[in-house]
Amino acid sequence: MPQIFCYVTHKNGTTDDAAAELAAAARKIDPAAFPAAILTGFGPALDAACSSLPGTFSEIWKVPNEALAYANAELIRKAVVKVLPPNSIVLLSHEHFGIDLAPGLSIKMNAAFVSDAVEIEGLEGSTLKLVRQEFGGQISAHVRCDISSGAVITIRPGAFKPLEAISTRTAVVEKSIEVGALTAGRRYRETIIAEVGDVDITKQNILVSVGRGIQDKDNVAIAEELAEVLGAAVSCSRPVVDAKWLLKSRQVGSSGKTVKPKVYLACGISGASQHLAGIKGGFLIAINKNRKAPIFQVADVGIVDDILEFLPELTSKVREMRTVSAK
Amino acid sequence: MEILVCAKRVPDTSENEIQLNPAGNDIERDDLVYSINEADNYAVEEALQIVAKAGGSVTVATVGDEDDEEILRREMAMGANRGVLISDDAFHGSDGCGIARILKAFVQKGNYDLILTGVQAEDGAAQIGGMLAAMLDYPFASLVNSIELLDGKRLKICREIEGGNREVNEIDLPCVLSIQTGINEPRYVGMRGIRAVASVPIPTMRAADLGIDVGSVGEATAKVKRVDYFVPALGKGAEILQGNREANIDKVLELLEAKGGLR
Repeated sequence: MPQIFCYVTHKNGTTDDAAAELAAAARKIDPAAFPAAILTGFGPALDAACSSLPGTFSEIWKVPNEALAYANAELIRKAVVKVLPPNSIVLLSHEHFGIDLAPGLSIKMNAAFVSDAVEIEGLEGSTLKLVRQEFGGQISAHVRCDISSGAVITIRPGAFKPLEAISTRTAVVEKSIEVGALTAGRRYRETIIAEVGDVDITKQNILVSVGRGIQDKDNVAIAEELAEVLGAAVSCSRPVVDAKWLLKSRQVGSSGKTVKPKVYLACGISGASQHLAGIKGGFLIAINKNRKAPIFQVADVGIVDDILEFLPELTSKVREMRTVSAK
Repeated sequence: MEILVCAKRVPDTSENEIQLNPAGNDIERDDLVYSINEADNYAVEEALQIVAKAGGSVTVATVGDEDDEEILRREMAMGANRGVLISDDAFHGSDGCGIARILKAFVQKGNYDLILTGVQAEDGAAQIGGMLAAMLDYPFASLVNSIELLDGKRLKICREIEGGNREVNEIDLPCVLSIQTGINEPRYVGMRGIRAVASVPIPTMRAADLGIDVGSVGEATAKVKRVDYFVPALGKGAEILQGNREANIDKVLELLEAKGGLR
């Protein structure tokens, strides 16, 4: 059985919550496995990250190097390839850093690559059986992966139930290997923090959130009118921002804002995982004309209808109610 | 600047509902509408905008078969200078690594300063750009949502990271960038544009033309294989309201009040 490593990202001395999910995924590959964590970085921040890691791993491989102080995927790849034993399995979280690092890492390890796995069904000989999603979550696929020369697998955040800590203290093994002069063709300059925008969608009781189903820029007004009568705000999914119909500050999702309203009205939103990752609570009502839209799998209440007709009628009804109660 | 955009023709999810076929092993492919992968189209637009500023040319290439020519023509109608179909029976069944290996051979036949891919295609793997860059030992950046030319040797790029924040990097040319949707506003392509390039010949490059060892690509070498498609057993799922529209509207209002959203 090859050794399984979970590459754990960290920030300001704290490891990413996904670490326990990666450990859970490792257990699904081999129920008897005690995966090791691998962390790269430098100085007190790396030390703090290693100590903050919950006891879900057999050991923690710490790879310190001044050039790795900022998580540059190209440099980390060079270092990790030198540290890992042959034919290792490496698990990473499928977010912006994993997307940056994992495909190239698989090439340099001469290993198989599977991205964004949502389930691991187990190992048969050297064949690993996994589940992925395609077409924005509209359909799932069984995938077979030959791990005989190792594997790099990115794991969908939130798809695996975090593994509980099995020990209180995990041994940290320093791997200060000779990585040579680490230089990169890509150099980090700065991080630009997203603007809050005209309306802060993270502080709303109700969000009227629109997706591709709104179809046209002019139709956004339909959602704005409803939001106005409800005292709500309009948010959206990625395609609406891509089309420049609403500002980036209105986007809910892993690359947008994380929201927690009391009620989230998902209007014409299919329910891609990146969007759902941004909804952290509240009662979810989905309106979509496609009964098979993935949003209906996660919503509390669903309505199969055309939002371009449903929303204006809902707006009229609220107005009517308000007029009656004002009299 | 010589720019290559690697593109793919995919079932268009804005035009189709993707469903399982009756045999339950593939998606229903009858009557599917195909188009260029959305992120790849943004990549072509970005390439055209760079060339408009810095000069040079844009090549769009795809690994596929005759049917895939239509997206090359569409991107040429947008303004790409050249379309190339990379096609060989030996390529069938290649996994991501195999496709990247084919593209690497193609890249090495040219002289490109910049290679763009879309961030991901319909399979959501987001793998080709990063693999290709590693094979070529070129710098790579994923999720790129802006590109600025610094000089003839470097670019300033932004990557989309968590929470809508942007990571600014400087990157040396030649490099590979995977382009995120929304980076620009792709220009409209009308029927007239398509007709104008309808008879422009599109060269086909075979394995032999690219010096590819057919034993290194295709199904036999694929470490990763999709076995079938399926629809997972639904969890609890939403309570689907069965009333007419008026009743459903009343129910929504009731829920808005009950859940504390409506004041």
